[in-house]
Amino acid sequence: MVLKHVKSLLVAAFGLFLLTISMPSFASDAPGHEAGAHEAGAPKAINPSEVIMEHITDGHEFHFFTLGDFHATIPLPVILYSPERGLSVFMSSAFHHGHEAHNGYKLEHGHIVAVKEDGTPDEAVHVYDFSMTRNVVQMILALVILVVLMTKVAGKYKAQGGKQAPSGFQNMVEPVILFVRDEVGKTNLGKKYEKYMPYLLTVFFFILINNLFGLIPGSANVTGNIALTGVLALISFVVIIFSTNKHFWGHIFWFPGVPVPVKLLMLPVELMGIFTKPFALMIRLFANMVAGHVIILSFIILIFIFGAMNSALGFGSSPIFIALAVFIYLIEVLVAFIQAYIFTNLTAVFISQAFEHGDHHDEHGHH
Amino acid sequence: MELLQPGLGLLVWNFVAFIVVFFILKAFAWKPILKSLQERETGIADAIASADKAKAEMAQLKNENEVLLQQAREERARMIKEAKEQADKMVSEAKEKARSEYDRIVADAQLAITQQKNAALTDVKNQVGSLVIEVAEKVLRKELADKSAQEVYIKKLAEEVKLN
Repeated sequence: MVLKHVKSLLVAAFGLFLLTISMPSFASDAPGHEAGAHEAGAPKAINPSEVIMEHITDGHEFHFFTLGDFHATIPLPVILYSPERGLSVFMSSAFHHGHEAHNGYKLEHGHIVAVKEDGTPDEAVHVYDFSMTRNVVQMILALVILVVLMTKVAGKYKAQGGKQAPSGFQNMVEPVILFVRDEVGKTNLGKKYEKYMPYLLTVFFFILINNLFGLIPGSANVTGNIALTGVLALISFVVIIFSTNKHFWGHIFWFPGVPVPVKLLMLPVELMGIFTKPFALMIRLFANMVAGHVIILSFIILIFIFGAMNSALGFGSSPIFIALAVFIYLIEVLVAFIQAYIFTNLTAVFISQAFEHGDHHDEHGHH
Repeated sequence: MELLQPGLGLLVWNFVAFIVVFFILKAFAWKPILKSLQERETGIADAIASADKAKAEMAQLKNENEVLLQQAREERARMIKEAKEQADKMVSEAKEKARSEYDRIVADAQLAITQQKNAALTDVKNQVGSLVIEVAEKVLRKELADKSAQEVYIKKLAEEVKLN
């Protein structure tokens, strides 16, 4: 019991610590953007939506905080292709945080646009931005860690065989793998679960590790990006479509057991249903992760809004908002697991819907 | 809204990264892990099954042992009973035999005694007879030296015989 309390206390303290060290970035973020417009020492206005957006959207650099003219950032590679100008690769530091153009490209509010010699946007040039943005870099980093950890665990299984009790990290991962296999795979997919296990496990751990990495203060909000959830949903969609059988399509194009006019009415509804499933997967994960980040950031920003009114009010209210932020933070850790589970589980449910009735008929055929 | 505009770079990199990670993990992580877990589960199931089997075998063995023990007990009781009977029979037979032998010996002895007695008696009778005859001869020779004495004696003898 005592140990449990100590653990919760440690978690809370650690969360508080992480939040407080990331606070300076909020303190100076908003002015950082408008440093060009304001003179140094001018009253700083906080634009909450701008700060929040900067934190939850993608970027061409890891931006931790700005102190005066010093920008604590990690520059990332920019890879651009345009049919008119060809390929160009350079580091994002060449933009000097949006202040300068480089190679005929300029960073405008997080987007790279082609510019003419005089600095005005060149509408004639189409730019395809394949940059290693902070989401890409963080995702790859997380995936490298995931691959290293999982292959290490797998190596342990190979070395020990299945007969020995798991230990260490293996012991931590095993219940999760078993959970995905038994509660997601076997429950939804029945006998065919083995075929889908690699995909379900990969999706689960992909989302989980990116959710958890996204919770580290200062890191990118990878799973709260619609491009990433879109790709995952697209891959799930492909897997679902490849699992379909004749019965599934028969159900969609000629709904059984209803009069012909209703059949015609059901056709567009059912067709739309094919696409709403992955769409729901995409939106659900994206919205959940964004919402959590927005709430935490909002609580932190409230401190600075109050602080801007009166510094005593800011300091006085900070414990309340920190406590609220910590509370949401802990919930977000839970949500990181829940959303990974929900995405994987729903994918499994949709896959099973794609082939389940065919199986049923097959079984009847065999009997 | 910017939040809902998917970035092309992230789309492409994410797709590539996911596919690569999927194939790496499928080959080097999920396959051996799931295989080991499956092995362990079947191993545990086998172990439980074999333990149950061993338990059942033990129970059966115990039952068999008990039956055997019971049989052995019965066998022993039977053997003891038989041996007792045998012994009793032997004793009684021996007794019987002894008795009959004794009877026979006694009978033989009696017979022999009777015979010997008879023989002895006969012998005595014979000797007495011959003695009597001898004495009688001697007496007669002496007494019957004269004719009258012979007649008197004969007469006397005759009378005596009649008395017998």
